[in-house]
Amino acid sequence: MFWHTLGYIIIVIGVLFDLLGCIGLVRLPDVYNRLQAATKCVTLGTAFLLFGVFLIFGFSSTGIKSLLCAIFVLIASPTGAHALARGSHKGGVKLWDGSVIDLYAEDTLSDKNKGD
Amino acid sequence: MIMWMIYILLFSSFLCLYRIALGPTAPDRAVSIDILGTLIIGFCALAALTFKRDFYLNIAISWALLSYIGSIALAKFLENRSFDE
Amino acid sequence: MKYIGEFIFLLVLWVLLTWSLEPAQLIVGAVVSIIIIGLVGDVFLMQPQRAFNPRRVFWFIVYIPFLLWYILLANLDVAYRVIHPNLPIRPGIVKIKTTLKTPMAKTFLANSITLTPGTLTVDIIDDVLYVHWIFIKGKDMEDWTKAIIGRFEPILRRIFE
Repeated sequence: MFWHTLGYIIIVIGVLFDLLGCIGLVRLPDVYNRLQAATKCVTLGTAFLLFGVFLIFGFSSTGIKSLLCAIFVLIASPTGAHALARGSHKGGVKLWDGSVIDLYAEDTLSDKNKGD
Repeated sequence: MIMWMIYILLFSSFLCLYRIALGPTAPDRAVSIDILGTLIIGFCALAALTFKRDFYLNIAISWALLSYIGSIALAKFLENRSFDE
Repeated sequence: MKYIGEFIFLLVLWVLLTWSLEPAQLIVGAVVSIIIIGLVGDVFLMQPQRAFNPRRVFWFIVYIPFLLWYILLANLDVAYRVIHPNLPIRPGIVKIKTTLKTPMAKTFLANSITLTPGTLTVDIIDDVLYVHWIFIKGKDMEDWTKAIIGRFEPILRRIFE
């Protein structure tokens, strides 16, 4: 019964993090900031949800599958985020106007000039 | 109580769809699609919890794998493309 | 040796996914594992003699709760920024220098950076990491390096090098 209650509490926390991540997706100004909110909040929210399901079902077929799925989500989501951030930067998406500094653009552009 | 959690996830999915519809550039839409995939894994977990069946989690695992491959492919595609918007 | 390690890993994964120890399941799992190793076995960066070193395993187990704690802090941080009415963000891309050498360690470092407060790795070129930071503090590369990876580098060096 204790594990059931703990599992439901963790699931509620996970769903709330999902909601906050999606609000961030709508409110934040550019792709990179949206990726921040999206990868952190939604990844951890879903991992929490799956971990809560593991706590409720315990060591059974369902529980182990949800634990494996949580581990996979935690590994795969940041990798996908790197790929998307790098792809959009190379594709020419500028940072938000309020940004302070962009050293990556400076360095990659100077490399290109050397190459020419 | 599970119904309320499913409603909250549905609302989050609508926020993602809003970003997919209005996102000013293509990467915004790619990010939103990635996030929508992660939310669907959450839906599968809640479905497994509601109906006490484990095959929903098979769907969740394969969806996680496919959505990962999909976002890598989208990122590769975006890399070699210029935007005129 | 490398292929035996991969085979054991895949078979354990199969048993966990099917959650049964019947001989039929085990035979199918073994056949599938052998096919997978035959197709893509060379891609894995696995070095079994290093993976089973007890000191590395110990530090890895120490690293996981440490990382989970910072992931939780990261979420509270981003959630605070998202619900604050004025959006207190000051974003930009900074670069930091790492002293880690092996590709595996760099991969783990990049993923840890992405999952911790307000930072997102954009690219790795040799030993320089380009990091998108949602609220930049400090002025030059040393400040940034210390603030972002100061707490992970020592443990990752013990695990992977």
